[in-house]
Amino acid sequence: MIEVKHLKKQFGGLTVLRDVNLTVNKGDVVVLVGPSGCGKSTFLRCLNRLEEPTSGEVLFMGQPVNDKDIDKVRAKMGMVFQHFNLFPHLTVKKNITLAPVKLGLMKQEEADARALELLGRIGLADKADTYPNMLSGGQKQRIAIVRALAMNPEALLFDEPTSALDPEMVGEVLELMKELAQSGMTMVCVTHEMGFAREVANRIIFIDEGEVKVDKPPKEFFENPENERLRSFLSKVL
Amino acid sequence: MQAFFSDFASKFYAAFLFKDRWLQYIEGVGTTLLVTAASLAMGIALGALVAMIRVGHAQQRPGHHNPLLGLINAVCKVYVTVIRGTPMMVQLLIMSMVIFKSSRNFTMVGALTLGINSGAYVSEIIRGGLMAVDPGQMEAGRSLGLNYITTMMEIVVPQAIKSVLPALGNEFIILLKDTSLITVIGGKELLYAAQGIMNRTYEAMFPLLGTAAIYLVLVMLFSALLGKFERRLRQSDRG
Repeated sequence: MIEVKHLKKQFGGLTVLRDVNLTVNKGDVVVLVGPSGCGKSTFLRCLNRLEEPTSGEVLFMGQPVNDKDIDKVRAKMGMVFQHFNLFPHLTVKKNITLAPVKLGLMKQEEADARALELLGRIGLADKADTYPNMLSGGQKQRIAIVRALAMNPEALLFDEPTSALDPEMVGEVLELMKELAQSGMTMVCVTHEMGFAREVANRIIFIDEGEVKVDKPPKEFFENPENERLRSFLSKVL
Repeated sequence: MQAFFSDFASKFYAAFLFKDRWLQYIEGVGTTLLVTAASLAMGIALGALVAMIRVGHAQQRPGHHNPLLGLINAVCKVYVTVIRGTPMMVQLLIMSMVIFKSSRNFTMVGALTLGINSGAYVSEIIRGGLMAVDPGQMEAGRSLGLNYITTMMEIVVPQAIKSVLPALGNEFIILLKDTSLITVIGGKELLYAAQGIMNRTYEAMFPLLGTAAIYLVLVMLFSALLGKFERRLRQSDRG
């Protein structure tokens, strides 16, 4: 579903990603891990072109991701941010319905009904008419996920979705992500939650020195790390 | 002592009451407010346009600069630099004596100049407001598939307006007082009326103090209104 070929990304003189190759299949739950500053988030942001790759190619459902059709690609590839990025001047419901309505995918009433249904599924239907600043971090992030889901995306990107949360809020967000994964959603997640990676991912990817160094199912990834750098990384985080 | 008071009273009478001269002040205030409103409207329109162009230009991806936008942006930068770098008095004189030297409508020329002048300052205020919105908001909008313009209009601008309003209120008050400058090119506003009366009575204190008092009252009135407005805005922030 997502194909990355020889992706390279430089910031000025600094090469963050040297040569990344990766194929994400439909239904895959891919977790990216690696030392901080290794380019995991940059890689994720290259997938929906929030960062423009210096060279290389990203294909989404067979189509190259370039500037021309970028809005269409993004409508099908949702993203969840570390800092939620809910729109503070809009109600929760309006946050969710803005994009589907503006893009002409749904009428306002349809979108409202869909928003309420999705909110009901995460137990926040009563928050539909409140503003984001009245919500807890966990609620905000779950609503941000629902906002992405309202577009009926083919794939979802998660950029450290739990890193800005209070510890007691992390569980509820991971729980929702787990449900999504089990429902067959294609997901690419950058996260430090090793428990989540082990339990939910079907592939874990270790990025180091600007390349994919390890790409294994969780069991092998954690129990039998061959890569020296991965061993040292795991010994620090586990 | 008595002579002092009778002198005082007769000067006051000459400055404000004789031949219903107070009407001239009122008329002047009317023009002052009109010029303020016109130049503020123009300043905001011009300022918003310039700010959008400059922010749009600044937010292009590296290596993808639109040459046309670059040119317009350069024009905008020259405009802001020239207007902010020269005294308003000089701008007024240039406009009335060089560019519109055949125009007799001094008040209009004055309002136009103030509008152009204010636009440069307002553009910087609005630009600051737009830049201050968390870049994550633009990213969130774009990541949902909304294009740049829609994201700007639906997500960034509404948030910027809130943070920009207090500074715009301030600009309004500055503009209200600066309208007095158009007197020098013959704009018929409040200070012009006061000067006309000074020239007829050979007495400066009462017309000038009266004018100052009127400006002060106007500014206090509008400051109070703006304060009220801001408090209301902040209330909606909490809920």
